[in-house]
Amino acid sequence: MTTLLATAHAALVRHGGPRHGLRFGLLIIVVIVVAVVVLIQRQRRRDRTTMEVASPTAATSDGHPAVVRLVEPVPPGHYHFSDLVRAEWTKLRTVRSTGWTLLITVVLGLGISAVATAETRSHWSSTPAFQHVGFDPTATSLIGIFVAQFAIGALGVLAMSSEYSSGTIRATFSAAPNRLRVLAAKLLVFGVLAVVFAEVVSFASFFLGQALLTSPATHATLSSPGALRAVVGAGLFVAALGLLAMGLATMMRFTAAALSTFVGVLLIAPLIAQALPTALNQDIRRFLPDRIGTTMLTTTTQNPFTFSPWVGLGVLALYVVGVNVVGAILLTRRDA
Amino acid sequence: MIEARGLTKHYGAKAAVDGLSFTVRPGVVTGFLGPNGSGKSTTMRMIMGLDAPTRGTVTVNGQRFGDLRWPLREVGALLEARAFHPGRTARAHLTMLAQTNRLPARRVGDLLELVGLSAVADQRAGKFSLGMGQRLGIAAALLGDPGVLLFDEPVNGLDPDGIRWVRHLLRGLAAEGRTVFVSSHLMSEMSLTADEVVIIGRGRLIEQVAIGDLLARSAHRYVRVRSPQAAALREALERDGATVTVEDDGSLSVRGLDGPSVGEVAAALGATLHELSPQSASLEEAFMELTDSSVDYRGATTNAPEAP
Repeated sequence: MTTLLATAHAALVRHGGPRHGLRFGLLIIVVIVVAVVVLIQRQRRRDRTTMEVASPTAATSDGHPAVVRLVEPVPPGHYHFSDLVRAEWTKLRTVRSTGWTLLITVVLGLGISAVATAETRSHWSSTPAFQHVGFDPTATSLIGIFVAQFAIGALGVLAMSSEYSSGTIRATFSAAPNRLRVLAAKLLVFGVLAVVFAEVVSFASFFLGQALLTSPATHATLSSPGALRAVVGAGLFVAALGLLAMGLATMMRFTAAALSTFVGVLLIAPLIAQALPTALNQDIRRFLPDRIGTTMLTTTTQNPFTFSPWVGLGVLALYVVGVNVVGAILLTRRDA
Repeated sequence: MIEARGLTKHYGAKAAVDGLSFTVRPGVVTGFLGPNGSGKSTTMRMIMGLDAPTRGTVTVNGQRFGDLRWPLREVGALLEARAFHPGRTARAHLTMLAQTNRLPARRVGDLLELVGLSAVADQRAGKFSLGMGQRLGIAAALLGDPGVLLFDEPVNGLDPDGIRWVRHLLRGLAAEGRTVFVSSHLMSEMSLTADEVVIIGRGRLIEQVAIGDLLARSAHRYVRVRSPQAAALREALERDGATVTVEDDGSLSVRGLDGPSVGEVAAALGATLHELSPQSASLEEAFMELTDSSVDYRGATTNAPEAP
């Protein structure tokens, strides 16, 4: 981890400041993804040992295996939404990808924020004074959670698409045929996890970043104008993207398709918009999630071509609802 | 009890299942036979509410699958060998299924014990062999102690011990009064396991019949006779209306007369018999006879493929 931070640090110095945080974030994602893949492969190799398995249980006297009878009476009513919520929580916490993606979220959220703020601080005195005027300590400290959106998005995609790739979806729907209820339980469990986790990381990176922005650099507190909104909003923004990713996976069912669409919307769509005539470009870009996110983090002068932070989040929420409604319709109509 | 009435599933213009009606009764093992691609798995998925029928209905205990109040407690199914996340442990997989139907946590351990996976319960299921995966699937099917059970090719990938275990399990489940519906392409396995078979070809019902009846009336039923006076015996048998073929090893295959009649003909002739054995057709042969006309695709070496 220290090597990683040092690398990012050095790169940051060469490129001249925290304004390039996003680019370094992407660099760090690549490094981390490679590291995770290598770690998983090593773990797999270690796991590939022969397994001793007992024979199925011996037969009873008449030669039939004793099927353990369920002695408890059948509960009244029918399988309930709360039963599905518990099952979805079990599903989410019993696969490794959940732990890995949350770990990546913490590493990116706190790591990049630490690098960005520490760099700003160390170059403060050598930076011309006029550049200090527009400095946004809140946004600088939240740049990491903004990058961590990819990890939460990957988790949202995998929580749904891995059911299809593994065939678990058939077991799930054989136990609970009401597909909308299953989808709602999944969205709720993942949504709560994403919001709580993203908020914790968002607050942590804010406090860490502000602590690193020591004098003479200016720093913010939660009572600074817009700071609390930015910190709370950044967490909500990232969680909303996670739900968007899950909706894409419900629609598309394949991990690769959903993940590349998600990344495409965040990274490629702005590039495409940029190729359009300026007026059109700016009109379109205010609707894109990356602009909505940037606006949410910013506490100083806003880009004139943007929705206000909460309106932007509302627009994003509409996307989330829209994608998930389409996903839900497809889920009920399609054969599983 | 499973009841299919006019069950039909189209994929595009092609009918995978076409007007299928049958009833699977409790207390017996009902086999589900058909050549590959004849619609067995599609039918099973429709019973489980995973695929929506284009037309027709199928009910479990008189209800549509989607209307069951506690599905796992009424129907258990093993539909594919590996319907679990490779990164999840066997215990976690069963736990999450148990939770959906509010089954006591103790069930998970009991079932892992029953299928012999206790020792590997906390290892990731992705490392399981095909046979172990099947057993995890069987544990999942039995989790809710359901009265109706569906198994799609349950002995795939099992060793001889495992196959015998599944055979006993299926018979035991039926003996407890459960409805057991099991598909297999292994006809010989079916003749040892099933009491009754539903035979389909090209998505249509060919016949629902008791195994014994299927074997008994097959055209392949014949009597094998060995005698030093084979030529004279053959003449005498043919005079009595039998069709006799001389096999390569010199034995006679007699069709049209049963064992006792062949013995009486031989006695009247004073012929010495070295062997007199009624041969019943294997289920395989009986099955081939029935489905001969309904096999979708034949090997190019035996028949020219049909024009599309």
